[in-house]
Amino acid sequence: MLANEVKEKLIAIVTKANFEDSKTERLVYSYDATPNFQSMPDAVVSPRNKAEVAEILKICNQHQVPIVPRGSGTNLCAGTCPTEGGIVLLFKQMNRILEIDEENLTVTVQPGVITLDMIHAVEARGLFYPPDPSSMKISTIGGNINENSGGLRGLKYGVTRDYVIALEVVMPNGDVIRTGGKLAKDVAGYDLTRLFVGSEGTLGVITEATLKLIPMPETKKTMLALYQDLNAAAKSVSAIIANKIIPATLEFLDQPTLKVVEEFAQIGLPTDVQAVLLIEQDGASEVVERDLTSMAEICKQEQAVSIQIAASEVEAEALRTARRAALSAIARLKPTTILEDATVPRSEIAKMVQAINEIAEKYQLEICTFGHAGDGNLHPTCATDARNHEEMERVEQAFAEIFEKAIDLGGTITGEHGVGAMKAPYLEWKLKAEGIAAMKAIKLAFDPHNIMNPGKVFAKDSKKRVVITR
Amino acid sequence: MTTMKEQEMIQEQFKARMDEDELLNCMRCGFCLPTCPTYIESGFKESQSPRGRIALMKAVVDGLNEPDAEFERSLELCLGCRACEPVCPSGVNYGHLLEDARDIINQNKKHSLPARVVRKTVFQELFPHPKRMRGAVGLLGFYQRSGIQTLARKIGFLGLLPESLATMEKILPKVPTMKEMKNRPDFLPAIAEKVHRVAFFSGCLMDTMFMKTNDATMKLLQLAGCEVVIPESQVCCGALHGHSGEKHTAKELAKKNITAFEELDVDFIITNAGGCGAFLVDYDHLLQDEPEWKDRAKNFAEKIKDISEVLVAVNFHKKVKMELPLQVITYQDSCHLRNVMKTAAAPRVLLQAIAGVKYKEMVDADRCCGSAGIYNIVESEMSMVMLDYKMKQAKETHAATIVTANPGCLLQMQLGIEREGLSVKMRGVHIVDLLMEAVRQY
Repeated sequence: MLANEVKEKLIAIVTKANFEDSKTERLVYSYDATPNFQSMPDAVVSPRNKAEVAEILKICNQHQVPIVPRGSGTNLCAGTCPTEGGIVLLFKQMNRILEIDEENLTVTVQPGVITLDMIHAVEARGLFYPPDPSSMKISTIGGNINENSGGLRGLKYGVTRDYVIALEVVMPNGDVIRTGGKLAKDVAGYDLTRLFVGSEGTLGVITEATLKLIPMPETKKTMLALYQDLNAAAKSVSAIIANKIIPATLEFLDQPTLKVVEEFAQIGLPTDVQAVLLIEQDGASEVVERDLTSMAEICKQEQAVSIQIAASEVEAEALRTARRAALSAIARLKPTTILEDATVPRSEIAKMVQAINEIAEKYQLEICTFGHAGDGNLHPTCATDARNHEEMERVEQAFAEIFEKAIDLGGTITGEHGVGAMKAPYLEWKLKAEGIAAMKAIKLAFDPHNIMNPGKVFAKDSKKRVVITR
Repeated sequence: MTTMKEQEMIQEQFKARMDEDELLNCMRCGFCLPTCPTYIESGFKESQSPRGRIALMKAVVDGLNEPDAEFERSLELCLGCRACEPVCPSGVNYGHLLEDARDIINQNKKHSLPARVVRKTVFQELFPHPKRMRGAVGLLGFYQRSGIQTLARKIGFLGLLPESLATMEKILPKVPTMKEMKNRPDFLPAIAEKVHRVAFFSGCLMDTMFMKTNDATMKLLQLAGCEVVIPESQVCCGALHGHSGEKHTAKELAKKNITAFEELDVDFIITNAGGCGAFLVDYDHLLQDEPEWKDRAKNFAEKIKDISEVLVAVNFHKKVKMELPLQVITYQDSCHLRNVMKTAAAPRVLLQAIAGVKYKEMVDADRCCGSAGIYNIVESEMSMVMLDYKMKQAKETHAATIVTANPGCLLQMQLGIEREGLSVKMRGVHIVDLLMEAVRQY
């Protein structure tokens, strides 16, 4: 419960219309897209500008009230679940595109802008913003920046981090700072822009962002490579990269994933093969043609049973849309879907795919695997039922082993979904105690009262690392 | 207001009756949000989104929240357009959850006296009875023809009604006489070479207020080579009841309809109202707990087809020449036709086959117009917000004709045209009426 004094002050800042604390209005912000996390906030506040954000932060800092900045709540690491109560901060009224600068190739936005709306707006000017998280139809740029979201085009174009060049941030004490600029080069001091990207709302509140744009690629082509052997598909991925081709997209879907996705999308995906690779290349048409031919050749050498090229952009878009629906489509199998995004160096992708299958078998779980194979980022997803506690325990053990394996292969516990509350207990596995200490020192320097999204990134207790006997 | 005692009853019923698997099936990815009209128009309020509403229902089941006034309000404001369903990768059947939740609330809640009277009259005494429907619509005809309408308009009596109702009064179609409504055919032979034997589901409102549209539908079927059976014992589909928490009556009506159609030996049962069709196609779900009806309901549901689907399937648009005077036309999807019956392409194929017209797709044609059964009467304010958006998009197309495939949508389009003062250059028309016009031109 918020103290009355705090409530009144907040209402004075944002007006009654932008302050909610009824049970219903709080309940609908008690979750995000992460299964098994739910916790009620004390209030939901929707500021209209940075000045209001600064005032809110000052009051919360003074009264030590937790603040959880939230876009559309589509993250997959319980990053916006208000696990310690406090205030959920919404940006639905700070959702304007402020400027598209065609001379500097930048776009400046407020945090509440929907990713796809912004992509459409810049594409109308012949410009290209590559990061395309699967939730882009509803995710916000503010959310993307805080989670450092990836997407299907990450392999060739990088992730959100690679496009954020300037930020306006309200610090927990109410100070407003600006980082970076519309600059190709800038070494004035620490790179705070990069620090805030992916900070999961734990350091401050982003109130404005300037993003880098690039020219639209001339053409794009899409193909599917079909396999009867998972390993062959995974090996093709490494072979393509080793042949010095960087496709725009190189996605992997195994048979169980294909089946549920086809059930949803009904676009004629092959469901009688063990795996497919969804491959795209963009750029000048001669380059696209040449790369596509080479990649088709490589896939065939690696035992692809068939190669299908999308006949039209409509067909290609249907394939991409289907792939983006993969995670949610798996929920068709069983009520709960627990997904991970363990990531390995891309040369190790075949080993990782094999390990996932062995682990699934060992724990007798139904694990579907899909993901951005090209950048080593897989999404093994377990279809289970949260009500089955015994099975949930096995799921946890299986995923602990998957993390373990990923780290062994030189990888990480999360490639693009973030740590949040969900993976916080495993963070130490990747960073070691010293790494955690360094990060905690940064957190403490920025946010001494720990009001910014508390309980995320850093866990109270770390999981013990199980040692796998091999 | 719902009392505490009623809230407790509702909560208990939620725990007992809501489909927990279906609630859990929502994995909260949020893919539904951008398609939800109330989420958009409420300024992105999660409590006005499908994900939010499902979370609220689940919270009542889990005992995390009470079914209080705000909870009820969230469910009331839902249009039930089901635009969230085709985009849901997990395949959550939101419509069923909504229907069950509304049914539980209504069965356990004592409505205010005026609401009780209206509900009883409409749901129990009027719609289920074809004869009374004719009588009521007949009264409307009397009102229109007797001069009372002119008088009422002159006196300004209509100024007393809410704005949307007052405008609604103006746009209601000229209804047929009692005699015309009573004299309905029960069989019509194929006019072209016979390809199908079909039954026609005539509907309660369609067969009275929109009788001419029904006549056109049957004529098109005949021209398409269908012999048409129209069983006299059929009744209202029950959609209005189902959507308003009167599930029991809906089930009774469903059983009557299944009985009326099952011995006819037809290939399809044709509807021309998306709202009815979507409810009919769901009869097997409605009767899933009644073993002796389940299979019969399934057989019935499998035969339901919208008129436009059947016309395209038999290549009507390729065989029969259609032509209209030069004009731009656009199409407004019926939500239930599109989202539940999955018919979206067929109407567009037919319209684009008409010579002389330029078909222009309007932006967000698949977004609800705000008609939504009786929503535009009970939630007039939100409905008009939806309609304003819709008319803005319709105007952008410069269409002279907005085509729809459901009577509610049609009335709403006409209401929009009237409100915008566009009635001299724009009209709303049911797709079969337009097709009939196009055939007649020839």
